[in-house]
Amino acid sequence: MAATASLSRVLRARLTPLIVLAALMVLVPVLAPSSFHLRVAALVWIFALAALGLTILMGYAGQVSLGHAGFVGIGAYAMAIGPARLGLDPLLCLVLGAVLAGMIAYGVGRPILKLKGYYLAIATLGFGVIVALVLHSEAEITGGPDGMAVSRLSLFGWRVSGALNWYWVTSGALLIGALLALNIAASPTGRALRALHDSEVAAAGTGIDVGAKKLAAFVVAAVYGAVAGGLLAAMNGLITPEAASFSHSIELVAMVIIGGLGSVFGTVVGAAFLVVLPQMLTALQEYEQAVLGLLIMVFMIFLPQGIVPSIRAYILERLP
Amino acid sequence: MSLLEVRDMGISFGGLRAVDGVSFSVEAGQVFSIIGPNGAGKTTLFNLVTGIYRPSRGKVTLAGADMTGLAPHLLVRRGMARTFQNLQVFFRMSAVENVMVGCHLAERTSFLADLLGLPSVARQNKVTREHALALLGRVGLAHLADASAGALPYGALKRLEIARALAANPKVLLLDEPAAGCNAVETEAIDHLIADIAKAGVGVVLIEHDMKLVMKISDRVLVLAQGRPLAEGPPRVVRENPQVIAAYLGDHGAREADRAHG
Repeated sequence: MAATASLSRVLRARLTPLIVLAALMVLVPVLAPSSFHLRVAALVWIFALAALGLTILMGYAGQVSLGHAGFVGIGAYAMAIGPARLGLDPLLCLVLGAVLAGMIAYGVGRPILKLKGYYLAIATLGFGVIVALVLHSEAEITGGPDGMAVSRLSLFGWRVSGALNWYWVTSGALLIGALLALNIAASPTGRALRALHDSEVAAAGTGIDVGAKKLAAFVVAAVYGAVAGGLLAAMNGLITPEAASFSHSIELVAMVIIGGLGSVFGTVVGAAFLVVLPQMLTALQEYEQAVLGLLIMVFMIFLPQGIVPSIRAYILERLP
Repeated sequence: MSLLEVRDMGISFGGLRAVDGVSFSVEAGQVFSIIGPNGAGKTTLFNLVTGIYRPSRGKVTLAGADMTGLAPHLLVRRGMARTFQNLQVFFRMSAVENVMVGCHLAERTSFLADLLGLPSVARQNKVTREHALALLGRVGLAHLADASAGALPYGALKRLEIARALAANPKVLLLDEPAAGCNAVETEAIDHLIADIAKAGVGVVLIEHDMKLVMKISDRVLVLAQGRPLAEGPPRVVRENPQVIAAYLGDHGAREADRAHG
């Protein structure tokens, strides 16, 4: 009895996802110490960080974005172009990329967030396409379709290199991102975002400035995407316009939905699903994409709320 | 000067005058009811007063200040709250969270503090939750505070909307059919609640189809028909107006109203 009651309390506690995530981060290098596994895990953390932005925008506030990879691309290319063309410090470029993405989101978001549902989705899609197009065609600055090399990141004099070091850097970034996302959820701002998700007219009726809150969520989402993009570029040492592509935007949306819309831990699970599974399915060769697609369908049919919320609800229902 | 004054309000939708030349005023502590047959323009009038629609003509003043055409979120700041005919509840949140959202204007945190999870946010959450729980108690839903709003019965949701509107601490509260779809017991509870709210000094504007309720608790009644005012006055006078009886109440309604008055 006492054990089940405390399990229920743990499942409901606000910071549980963060603690589970931290424990997982410590366990992975113990269980899978090869540099290949660590690189895949680091990729999961980076994509989860990008997708966490969508968790705030789509999961909390209910605003669909099909152009999120555009902000990943902006952060990634800030990381590539700043040091190579302007001689700026890479860490500074990570920050500048995030600021730039936030400013662009502010400018773009003001007009397009007046749109709703499908219309907003198409407008954000247009934004993502434009970013990818610019990265493709401004070859003198961006290197065009072949992309460009990215100089190493150094954190206060420490040059980050090697799979394990990158693993820890990306772990730290994701933990901070997850903490901030959980903070928002449990605050007046989070309540306002979830309220306008359910009914904009009622949210406005309580004094919430719906337009301003949506814009704030859009800007925060863009910053998450840009930081993830910067880390991705620096870790890979190479970046191509693929980072900002439409298919990448869709992948990010799929992560958020498969893991569980609005769930911070679910976002990490969704990112793991879409990063790790293709690696595991490579043995299937030409059937890889088909099996991946099939698995996505099966998961959505049987866990329509997403993996994490469905499991959580299943356990909570069976507790006294 | 009345608390809420609506002067010569009007709006047309593609040539149709949905609301035309409607004026009324509401005092603090008064229950003012708007009745009329379906399609008479009652909800449209509400939407004009609460800034959902921008009026083509007319003026709204609250405690002397011009409110005409202000966006809904700004109107709340100045003391005008409302509920909705078709429920507008935050279904994915718990009952207490719904009311906590209603406390939004009184909350003192910034976006940055919320993001960083500063201790001030936890303190604010505690204050907001306590205030919301008190309001839930006032509408008789304290025992359902942590239930998901999506799982509440209809009558409870109607009262939940009232609690959320009260959280904004309004001077004027507009209730759009608060007893619609409620059974006799639930209607009785809402009746007491409205009287209680008015007694606390809030001006209540009520759209309601339940004649018994309207005749019992209203200080004044405005009858709309086809977007235009048909009659206005105390319930007893309005009830006996032959035009009103013909247009809206009919024989059956008049009998109902008689019974309500004993």
